[in-house]
Amino acid sequence: MKRKTEVSELIFKIIAYFILILFSLMCVYPLIYALSAAFSSADAVDGGKVILWPVDVQGSAFKHVLTDNRFWINYSNTLFVTFFGTVWSLGYSILGAYALSKKRLLGRHGFNFFLVFTMWFSAGIIPQYMNYMQTSQVFTSIGITDLKWTIVIAMGMNATNIILLRNSFEGVPSEIEEAARIDGATELQVLTKVYIPMSKATIATVALFFGISRWNGYFWAYKVIPGGEQGQEYSWPVQVYIRDFLNTYTQITGSSAGDNKWSPDYTYSATSVLYAMVVCAVIPILAIYPFIQKYFAKGVNMGGVKE
Amino acid sequence: MFKLKCDDFLIYDEATGTYSMSPEQQVRDETERNKWKNTGFTILKDWRLYAMLIPMILVYLLWKYLPMYELMGCFKDPNTGVKGHVNTYYWNGLRYFQMLFTDGNLSPEFWRAFRNTFITAFYGLLFGFPMPIILALFFNEVRSNVARSIMQVCVYLPKFLSTVIVTSLVLILFRNSTNNQTPGVVSKVFGWFGADQTAINQGLVFSTKYYRAIYIISDLWEHAGYDSIVFFAAVIAVSPTSYEAAQIDGAGKMAQMRYVVIPSILSTVIIMLIMKIGGLLSVGYEKIFLLLGQGNGEGAGSNYEVAHVVSTFANDLSDTEFKAVGTAAEMLNNLIGMILVIGSNSIARKASDVSLY
Repeated sequence: MKRKTEVSELIFKIIAYFILILFSLMCVYPLIYALSAAFSSADAVDGGKVILWPVDVQGSAFKHVLTDNRFWINYSNTLFVTFFGTVWSLGYSILGAYALSKKRLLGRHGFNFFLVFTMWFSAGIIPQYMNYMQTSQVFTSIGITDLKWTIVIAMGMNATNIILLRNSFEGVPSEIEEAARIDGATELQVLTKVYIPMSKATIATVALFFGISRWNGYFWAYKVIPGGEQGQEYSWPVQVYIRDFLNTYTQITGSSAGDNKWSPDYTYSATSVLYAMVVCAVIPILAIYPFIQKYFAKGVNMGGVKE
Repeated sequence: MFKLKCDDFLIYDEATGTYSMSPEQQVRDETERNKWKNTGFTILKDWRLYAMLIPMILVYLLWKYLPMYELMGCFKDPNTGVKGHVNTYYWNGLRYFQMLFTDGNLSPEFWRAFRNTFITAFYGLLFGFPMPIILALFFNEVRSNVARSIMQVCVYLPKFLSTVIVTSLVLILFRNSTNNQTPGVVSKVFGWFGADQTAINQGLVFSTKYYRAIYIISDLWEHAGYDSIVFFAAVIAVSPTSYEAAQIDGAGKMAQMRYVVIPSILSTVIIMLIMKIGGLLSVGYEKIFLLLGQGNGEGAGSNYEVAHVVSTFANDLSDTEFKAVGTAAEMLNNLIGMILVIGSNSIARKASDVSLY
C-alpha cells in the first residue's frame, strides 16, 4: 500500500516538472528566436535555417534600425506618452482613490458604482472612436495640436487600478491619520505625508501597470493618429511604427502578392529588421523586469476587488 | 402603559402631572430639521476631499460615460439634425437592430461575428481557465526555490509584451511561404501533429482550420503564467498542519491534493471564474484585429470566417455609412457581457458566500 502511493507521487512529480519545463521553454523560445533572427542573414531567416541560434551572424539589421530616424522619433514618442501618461493617470487615480477610501465621504457607494460600472459595460469601439476624434478636435481648437496629448490625457483609464489603490488606503490605520491631523496637517498633507509613504508598494505596482499599458498601447493610437497625412507619422508611438513596418515590408500578413518594397540588395531580411525593432522595444521592459517582479506578484494578490 | 411607550421622548413630571419634551428629543428634532443644512456644512467643511474626486470623475465622465451617451445614436438617424450632435437627430426606432438581423449583407456577417465571439470566448474559458490552476499546483511540487523562481520569471514574461509584439511573433513563427521565404519555424511542429502542407504553406494563422488553435495557444502563452500567480498564492497559503493531518490519516499525494489543496483554493477559483466570465465577451479585440489577414493580396481576409468577432465587425464599419449598425451590434454584445458578469456574480454569492462586487 505504502509502496503504491510513492509511485503515484513520483509519476505526478515527473509530469509536473516536465510540463513546467516545457511551458517555461515555450514562453522564452519566441524571444530567443527573435534575437537570433535579428542577427542572421537574409538567406538564413527567409530560408528557415534559423531555429534557435543565429546563422551567418551579422549586425546589419540592427545597424539599419539604429540609422532609421523615424523609428527613434517614434520611440521617443512612446517614452513621452509612457512618462506623462503614467504621471497623469496615477495622479488622478491617487487623489480619487484617497477620497473614495474615506468613510465620511457622502455618496461613497454611488462613486464606487460609477467606477465599477465602467468595468462591466463599455460603449464599444465606434462611440469611443468618435469621442476620441472629437477630443482631438477640441484639443486642436484650444491650441494643443500635438495628438500625443490626446493619447496621454484621454486614454489609459483603469478602474481596477483605482480600486487597488483604494483598498490599500483603507488598510492604513486611522490612528496615524488622527495623529497627523492633531499636529495640524491639512487633507493634502495627510495624503502626501501619511498615506502615500505607507502604501508605497501598491503605488509602485499600480504605476507599473499604468506604465506598461502605456508602453504597449497600440489600437487607439493607431486609430487616432492614422498617418498618411503629412507629418502625422512622426507622432506615432513605436508600436504603431513596428506594425506599419510589418505590414509594409514583410510578407507575412496574409497577402502573398509580393510586397516587393524591400530592396533585394540588402543582405538582411525585413524580418530581421522587424525583430531588431522588437528587441529594441522590449529592452526597457526586460531591463526593469527583475526589479518589478516582486511588486506585481504582490499587487495581483492584493487585487481582491471588493465593494 | 402609555407612560412606558413614550418614555424615550417625553418626561412625566410627578409634581404637576404633566408631560414635557425630553431635551434629547429636542436635539434629535433639531438635527432632523437641519439635516440638509448640516449635510451642506459637512460637504463644505470637507471640500478638499470632494475636490480630490473631481479630476477622476471628470476623466471618467468625458471618456467613458460620454461615449455611452453617444450610444443613443444607434436609435437615431444620423442624416437629420445638426451634424455631430446626437441629441438633435430624429429618433429612428429599432431600424438598425432590424438591419442587423434581416439585412442581406450585414446580417450574415453579424451572425458570423457573433458566433465567433462566443466560440472564441468559450474556448478561451475552457483552456485558459484550468491552465493557470494546473501550473500553480505544479509549481507547488517544485521544492527548489531557485528552480521555481527561474521558471516563474520565464512564464510571467509574455504578459508584459505588447500585443503588437506578440502578434508579430505569432505571424512570423507561423508565417506563410512565398517565392523567397519558407513557412514559419513552429508550423513544422504542427506538421508533426498532422497539419496538412497546403495549410502550412498558406500560413497557419490564415487557415480557417488552424486559426483557433493558434489563437488559443498564443493566449495561453501570454496569460497562463501570469494568471497562475493568484492561484499559487492560494496554494502556498494552505497551512502545513493540514497536510500533516491528512498524512496521519493515511492520505497520499493525490488524496492530499483532492481533499486538502483543492478545497482550500476553491474560493479563489470561484472569484477568478467570475472575473473570467465577466470579461468573456470582451475578447481581446486588439489581438484579433492584428491577426486578421490584412493587405490586398490574395491571402488577405482568408481567416475572417473564424477570426472576425463583433468588435472587429464594428471596427470595420466605423468609417462607413453603417456606423450605427456596428454600434448597435457591439452594444448588444456588451449588454450580454454585462448580464453575464452580474448573473455569475449573484449565483456565486448565493452558492458560496464568495462574490466580487
